[in-house]
This record gives sequence, C-alpha cells and structure tokens, in this order.
Amino acid sequence: MNPRPLIAVVDYGAGNLVSIDQALTTVGADVRVAKDAEALRGVDAVIVPGVGAAAPAMARLDRRGLTGPIRAWLHAGRPFLGICLGLQLLFEGSDEDGATTLGILPGRTRRLEDAPTLPHIGWNQVEQTRTHQLFDEIDDGADFYFVHSYAGAPTGDGADRVELARTTHGRPFTSAIQRGSLFGVQFHPERSGPDGLRLLHNFVELVRAA
Amino acid sequence: MLRRRVIPCLDVADGRVVKGTRFVDLVDEGDPPELAERYAREGADELVFLDITAAPERRRTLLDIVERTARRAFIPLTVGGGVRTVTEMRHVLRAGADKVSLNTAAVADPDLIARCADRFGRQAVVVAIDALATGAGTWEVVVKGGRERTGLDAVAWARRAVELGAGELLVTSIDRDGTGSGFDTDLLRAISSSVVVPVIASGGAAGPDDFVAAVRDGGADAVLAASIFHRQIHAIADVKAAMAAAGLPVRLAPQAVA
Repeated sequence: MNPRPLIAVVDYGAGNLVSIDQALTTVGADVRVAKDAEALRGVDAVIVPGVGAAAPAMARLDRRGLTGPIRAWLHAGRPFLGICLGLQLLFEGSDEDGATTLGILPGRTRRLEDAPTLPHIGWNQVEQTRTHQLFDEIDDGADFYFVHSYAGAPTGDGADRVELARTTHGRPFTSAIQRGSLFGVQFHPERSGPDGLRLLHNFVELVRAA
Repeated sequence: MLRRRVIPCLDVADGRVVKGTRFVDLVDEGDPPELAERYAREGADELVFLDITAAPERRRTLLDIVERTARRAFIPLTVGGGVRTVTEMRHVLRAGADKVSLNTAAVADPDLIARCADRFGRQAVVVAIDALATGAGTWEVVVKGGRERTGLDAVAWARRAVELGAGELLVTSIDRDGTGSGFDTDLLRAISSSVVVPVIASGGAAGPDDFVAAVRDGGADAVLAASIFHRQIHAIADVKAAMAAAGLPVRLAPQAVA
C-alpha cells in the first residue's frame, strides 16, 4: 500500500492552489495539479477546489476536457472531496447563474437566506449532524473559514443521510456532506488552521483505507 | 455564529515588513512569512499584506513572499498594493493569496472591480477605501496613500464599489491611521449601514477597547491593525479576550497540533 496517497487537485484557473497543495503535503499526501484528464490517471483521490460562480467554472472544466472524467470518477464512487464551489458543482444546478452542474447529488445551490452580511466571509461554527471519521478529533461546533454567498441544499429522501454538518448565517445551511467516498465541504479546510489540517488529514486517512 | 475577525496588516516594502505613520519614517520589522506564521499561531483570523513599494520591477519579490506565506500560515491572505489589472490579480492569487485589495486603481478605473469580480468571484475582491474627514458626517476618498484627494464621497463610493462587485470593504480613516487615537466609528457606521458586504475597520487602533468599539459602534465585521501587533504592544489573544468579554463572537484559536 502506498503510504502517501496521490491526490489530484483539479486546476481550472480558479485561483489559489498553493494553500491546498501545501496543506495536503503537510498531512501526508502527494499532490498532482490536474489541468487535463490525463493528469487524473493513476491517482487515489480527486479534489475539486474553487471559489466563484458555477457557470464559468463548468465552462472551464468543459474546455479542459475534465467534466466527463470527473463525472465518471464520481459515478465509480471513488474518493472525492469538493471544496466550496467544488461541493456546489456536485448538485444539479445553481441559482447563482442558472448553470447546470454535475448532478451527482439531488438538490440545488441556493443563495443563503436572511444572511446579515453577504458574502458570508469569515470563521463560523460547523455543527456535526452525525458522527463521521472526516471530523475525527475535531470538536462539534469548531470554527472553519467560509467565503461564499451560495450553498448546495441536498433534497430528496436521502438528504438527511447526505448531510454531515450544518452552519448558521441567517438561516442554517448544509456545510459538509458525505455519501460513500464522496465528500464535500462548503468551508475552506486549507485556510482553517489546525482543525482544517486535521480534516484534510482525516480525508487522506480515508483515501488510504479506500 | 459568524465570528468577528482580528486581522494583522503587514506593510511590506522590498520584501520586508515595515510600519511607520503611513508611508513615512519606515522601520524594518521583519520577514513577512515569519511574522505571518507567528500571527496565525497567535490566533489571527486572516492576514493582509499591503505592498507599499509596488514598483513593477519588484513584483516578483512580492509574489515569492505571498507563496512562502501561503505555505506556512494556513489562514486566509489578502494582498493589496499595486494591482491594476485582471492579469496582475491572477498572478497574486496563483501565488497563494485568497483575495486582492484594490484601492487607487479602482478609483481611477471603477470597472476594474467588475472585471476582477467576473473573473475570480466577488469574494476575492476587496475594495480599500481611504477616507478623509471633511466635515460633520462627511468623508472624502483619498488615494496614493492619502496624498491625493478625489472629490468622491466615501459612502457613495462604498455603495458603488459594492454594486460593481466588491465582496468586502477595507475602510481606513486617514485622519486616524498611525495615530493610535481609535477607529473612526462614525465613518464605519456610515458605511456598514449602507452596504450588505462585510466591512473591515482600519486606522487608529491603540488598544483592545478600540476593537470592541469598531464592531459594536461602527458595525464592522472585522478589525485590522498593524503596529500594535508588530511592536507587541498588545497580543491578538488580549484583543480577542476583550471582544469576548464585551459579548462579541470571536474565534478562540485551537492549539496547533505538533
């Protein structure tokens, strides 16, 4: 077994990848920045990071030939972590710009309701709605860093089973999800200090065990 | 509950942290990534680098510092100073910054705010407003480090910047900056009550009570300061303790895992 799993971080031109690269390296993974489908070959897990709006992100993934391979990866149930926009893209569509997204999870990305400030920027509490290894050694209600105005809202029969954590800004929204080896967090673990590194460490452990 | 942020600002010139009363009497206060890591450990919620040399031929130095910082401090980093184009913003983000702060360039070319927000999302675009008091309840936007007046009303400019795509406003009272006479809470209130985006208070911090006032009286979402932290006059933990004692939600930093 490879002691350091190889994790592809998908680069579709969305900005800072240095932090996630360094954070994953720190917690025991090897990182490959993936700009095309070829770069996904042979990796143990895929991370889609990113901030901003869904439509331009989907357009850039399409242009780089990454949409199909990522969808296939997800349908195969292989280890995946979506961060912020990377989580939102898992749902069927986004109210932000009407984009059709990957449709892996039932539900849509919606604007935060009754938020006192928008974007929701800063550290906020992540309340775990069920116990999972992703949050091992992380206190319930621990602070993580958020920067977004929209969030994916799981719907349908399995919604409760998909949600892993909630956060309140105005009204509560889903701030972490899990289904099998598929994970998503609305906050930025790579910018959330020691607890963020712990969460990424836990993800790397899950990849190692997968 | 969303925490009120405490943000140390590092003024960077030629790759070193400096701080004087803005832009004069600069004193060398250290290596930016090293200070950044120390602040992250001590509970800083974010960091701001303000590049006050920003001479085009020295941009590479700044980008190196941004990358070294992003690899040492796992908290968000905003970089301001000298970004005038979408391409320059892209370079700073690719180096490891999460947000870019636009000031003089946005006043000269307001559409720059929209172009940057379209490309990177509004959450990555901070508009910095330097405001000079011109009368009771009125402030004028000044640029070039306070040396040049613009004729723009600060509150009107704040609203316009948000309409164009600013995701946050960094509001500095030029009258108070570097003086240690407290934040201009009237200015902060005038702006925070006019926009939906978070407002970061800057200019004038002397002690923990000033941070409390900026949030409670000024409606600020976050508070920025430089010299009181660099010179270790007050620790970030002391400031947060005062904010917590005043009933404000703050993040008490978890102990780092070795």
